[in-house]
Amino acid sequence: MSEDTHATELTRRRMLQGAAAALTVATGTVVIGLAGPGGGAATAADPGASDSFDEVFQGRRIQGRPADGGSHHHGGGAGTGYEVRIDGDELHMMRNADGTWISVVNHYQTFATPRALARAAVNDLQGATLVPIVTA
Amino acid sequence: MGVRKNQANLTAQEKRAFVNAVLALKANGGYDPFVTTHNQFIVSDVDNGERTGHRSPSFLPWHRQYLLEFERALQAVDPSVNLPYWDWTADRTATAGIWGADFMGGNGRSSDGQVTTGPFAFSGGNWRLNVNTDSRTYLRRQLGTGVAQLPSRADTESVLAITTYDAAPWNSSSAGFRNNLEGWRGVNLHNRVHVWVGGQMATGMSPNDPVFWLHHCFVDKLWSEWQKRNPGKTYLPTAGTPDVVDLNERMKPWNTVTPADLLDHSGTYTYDTGF
Repeated sequence: MSEDTHATELTRRRMLQGAAAALTVATGTVVIGLAGPGGGAATAADPGASDSFDEVFQGRRIQGRPADGGSHHHGGGAGTGYEVRIDGDELHMMRNADGTWISVVNHYQTFATPRALARAAVNDLQGATLVPIVTA
Repeated sequence: MGVRKNQANLTAQEKRAFVNAVLALKANGGYDPFVTTHNQFIVSDVDNGERTGHRSPSFLPWHRQYLLEFERALQAVDPSVNLPYWDWTADRTATAGIWGADFMGGNGRSSDGQVTTGPFAFSGGNWRLNVNTDSRTYLRRQLGTGVAQLPSRADTESVLAITTYDAAPWNSSSAGFRNNLEGWRGVNLHNRVHVWVGGQMATGMSPNDPVFWLHHCFVDKLWSEWQKRNPGKTYLPTAGTPDVVDLNERMKPWNTVTPADLLDHSGTYTYDTGF
């Protein structure tokens, strides 16, 4: 083990100890907050909807994050509450009543998560770039 | 009054007339607005808000009217043309006659999915896509890639056997004939065919591929068949349903016809056979 790695390990350990100490303090004071809706239960019951991602998939940067539905003129009627971008360009998407997702690139096929939907779009695009959608 | 025939039974002359009318409509600028209209509804039809063209009871009458508009546009070019239909329960391989160079053209090539044969190949110079999801302007297909099998005759019969037209909540989660035919539920008929063809057919701009019209003509024929088998049943919902087109409500974007107006098509066109 090199000295650099050793130093890094020590730093990490110290940070973890610090985090544990902070957590101890937090649990002592805001127990309800930790066990409430901000915890993991909501995410497990609603996979994909509250998670963000930012990764490079087959050379394309795909990003997803919960978004204000008000950005669409339907005022959330787009049913999305989520935004996916490929190399910075918006991929039009929406959520189905059963919790699955579809995008304009794969409109007739549902995906369990926005990340799966984004990866499927990258596969279909084969390097092509998304263009703004013309609706009139 | 026109007779809509199975594409497999068209004469060489009938195939040529249909293809030429489609190409003429493309050339005179009349084709692309159909693509735009379709996508406009695709991106705005939502399960928890207003929905007209898709994922709602009016999926069938909306497309019936949309096909009529398109058929009339073709007939303005050549009055002898009627929409043909593609019975995908019978012509179900990537080498079936529908994909011949004299008609729809073939599968996309493996490198980039580009269709390189037939009248709609980009290299022919007559079929440049202008309403797109992305930067590619050539027609693409990946037959049998997104899903291996087209719906079978047994799949289709099982959907025709559903005797209720549609059901609350009148969206992609509904039970009923419409949603099982559209394909968000059950064996999946209509949606699966879009995925099987792949390329633009899998996108919101699916009418960029002329096979869209033959596919939807068959979907329309299946609705017609269901109507024939269920004479006591009608379109639902009948009235007072928020965000959904009721039986006697006018449909966007035309605002001239209601589902009720479209239930009996026999005065406008008929189909050559039953299912």
